Amino acid sequence: MTVRHWIALASAALVGACTPSRAPSSGQNSQLADVRDAAMRTYVAPGKLDDYYLFYSGGHSGNVYVAGIPSMRHIITIPVFTPYPATGYGFDEDSKAMLGGYTWGDVHHPALSKTKGDYDGRWLFVNDNANNRLARIDLRDFKTKQILGPIPNSSGNHGSAFLTENSEYALVASRFSIPLPRGTYAPLSDYATKYHGVVSGIRIDSATGTMSVGWQIVTPPFDWDLASTGRDSSRDWVVWTSYNTERATGRLEVAASQRERDYMIFVNWRNATAAAAAGKGRMLDGVRVLDPRDLAGSIFLVPCAKSPHGADFSPDGRYVMCNGKLAPYVTVFDFQKFLSAAQTHDTVGNEDGIPVLRYESVRVAEVPVGLGPLHTQFDDQGYAYTSLFVESAVAKWKVGPFDGHDSSLVVAKIPVHYSVGHLVVAGGDTRHPYGKYLVSMNKLSKGQHLDIGPSQPESSELIDITGTGMTELYEAFTEPEPHFAQIAAASLLHPIEVYPKEENKDPNAIWAASDAKVTRRGNVVEVKLYAIRSYFAPNAIEVNQGDSVIIHVTNAEQERDMLHGFGIASYNINLVLDPGETKTVAFRAGKTGVYPFYCTNFCSAMHQEMQGYLLVKPRGGAGAAASGGGR
Amino acid sequence: MPVTRWLEQVLSPRARLAVLGAGACLLVAILFPLWHITMFANQFPEGIRLSIYSYKLVGGKDGADLQAINILNHYIGMHDIAAADFVEMRFIPFALGAFFLLALRTTVFARVRDLVDLAVLVSYFAAFSFGVFWFRMYTYGHHLDPEAPIKVAPFTPPLLGHQHIANFDVYSTPGAGSLLLGVVVLIFAAVLALEARKHGVKTP
Repeated sequence: MTVRHWIALASAALVGACTPSRAPSSGQNSQLADVRDAAMRTYVAPGKLDDYYLFYSGGHSGNVYVAGIPSMRHIITIPVFTPYPATGYGFDEDSKAMLGGYTWGDVHHPALSKTKGDYDGRWLFVNDNANNRLARIDLRDFKTKQILGPIPNSSGNHGSAFLTENSEYALVASRFSIPLPRGTYAPLSDYATKYHGVVSGIRIDSATGTMSVGWQIVTPPFDWDLASTGRDSSRDWVVWTSYNTERATGRLEVAASQRERDYMIFVNWRNATAAAAAGKGRMLDGVRVLDPRDLAGSIFLVPCAKSPHGADFSPDGRYVMCNGKLAPYVTVFDFQKFLSAAQTHDTVGNEDGIPVLRYESVRVAEVPVGLGPLHTQFDDQGYAYTSLFVESAVAKWKVGPFDGHDSSLVVAKIPVHYSVGHLVVAGGDTRHPYGKYLVSMNKLSKGQHLDIGPSQPESSELIDITGTGMTELYEAFTEPEPHFAQIAAASLLHPIEVYPKEENKDPNAIWAASDAKVTRRGNVVEVKLYAIRSYFAPNAIEVNQGDSVIIHVTNAEQERDMLHGFGIASYNINLVLDPGETKTVAFRAGKTGVYPFYCTNFCSAMHQEMQGYLLVKPRGGAGAAASGGGR
Repeated sequence: MPVTRWLEQVLSPRARLAVLGAGACLLVAILFPLWHITMFANQFPEGIRLSIYSYKLVGGKDGADLQAINILNHYIGMHDIAAADFVEMRFIPFALGAFFLLALRTTVFARVRDLVDLAVLVSYFAAFSFGVFWFRMYTYGHHLDPEAPIKVAPFTPPLLGHQHIANFDVYSTPGAGSLLLGVVVLIFAAVLALEARKHGVKTP
């Protein structure tokens, strides 16, 4: 061997011993088998429409985001728990009252209303994990119509909102336990006995969608996490997962991870409703509150490994999948076996009066999907999909047969970028999933997008799930922070284009400039303001310092997308009115001077000219003012 | 046969039936628009539509389009298009009803001269309506507010066919009501021609 050979060999050995610059399986587009094919399947040409709506929660932004699938284009943001100047939400009196003084919420789990277990396209319900509220969005106009809460006794409305088969009830649970009723003090040392969790049944009016608190059940101080509602044979039941069944306080990442198994709780919501109607339990903070002992035969605990996150009923309602989080498998429970264990009292003990069923009697499989399973959804072909947070991947596996060959059920796995939380399959929590697409909602996007500094968006990856495998198609970046989502067929929804004039029942609505007027009653000045291309009537409002000013603005347009805004400079007033809409704002004219108001939402060629003045005369100045001027 | 004698002849049963049918068409015409005006622009791909009936104006999209047209027109100082301006809308339906009664009369008494009278009246009426429609269009386009934000030269919107006005393509087309009126005139003309041939009428 020559010296040259030795050098070559040594170099090769050196290279072989080197650490690669990137993970071997990483790299941009590494999952895209065919970029051109993926582009063709997700490209929706201008003017063409997507096939599905994607409603994803905005987390602590307090909003809901709407995107189209397969393009993944963000279409609109629906403000729910947070003021949103872009649509004037939280500035007019109605939405201000609905927000109840809160300026944020934490939207986690959107739920489309259902009929017979399938989406019916009427409403979208979303929870506020932070302030214990629940909101209803009407899909006729994509607007928030009701915010219920703070729900009494409940603290940390996380396991929410999960709807029964015909949207009779939204079932919600507390993530945090507190001494009850809210406002009571007890030291943390009394946590195990004096603190309590609560699960609640929120009644939904089938005609109007109006929500009201139906009943609550006081539970041990476990941290309730996620829920799923049954279908068909299991339609009367709801399950929640829990962590911290150790009843620990302090550093929970350690203290709440000591037991090998935590629990799922099974509650028969129909029986709970009947028990509340029969007057069982007691009233607490205005709500009929049941003790588990009032519900013998209707409430059970089932052990489940370990600090689980999602619990998910299969489309036919037969199986519940419990996602282990700290255990590398999904535990499959058979609802029929649950029923027989419940009937035969096949228990291993109880927690504060709630019987604990024998794990082995109810469990039928432990499917080794991978590390950090969080949440499972289903398609129309008999497959389940589980997000793997730790492994940063999605596993695809067969829902049975559960005959002991658990590991052979997993058929495919796809890495995602990065650290997926929830995932959503089109119609994936209904009786009849659409299948076809899956969106992986990833908590981290690190470097998948143009650098934008340390504050990072999340990433939402569109995955084709037809066939036996999975193919990544597209990746969109989403503002913080989607938790769960719903995908509905575009054909299911039929929103209006404008608010029809005939439906506007606001007594202060006006439809002609000649009806615009300024009325004074004592120190109260009330204005009926008319907005149309491209002027306001009146265009000058004169008041005295200290007056209470009430302005009702009507957008008299009936043309699609002809919105007008009404902003008053320096008075922090910002309304946006859709065609045919009337909104009211009330304020005290504390500051003297002249304050321009103008149309904020670009409307027309004369949009700039759509302006006027609020004139506030100093108190004690010459002549009292309350007039409108000009056309 | 000289024309004067022919005028006193009685129409054939088949001709009477045709006249009755034509009379019914006059009534039915009330139910349908006489004219359509449709405006397209880049940002109005679905079009803004106005239908003119014998007694009312109907905007597209459940009426919203009439307001849309008026809002756009106000920038050039055009007066709002309103049914109240169309004075003839108060009597056109009654005129059509009267023509129907005359057609009934012609069916019963069935003299050729009755039909000639009716045909002349209906033709005149159709021409008059068309003329009035032109006059309305002319008036709207020629009485523009001099203080309008956008100044344009006076114009007449198209009576029939297509015209490009500013960013709009405007189409003006007869509706089913006008077509029915046309059919009625044609039926009358055909009946008279056949009756004249049957009686060997000599033109003087």
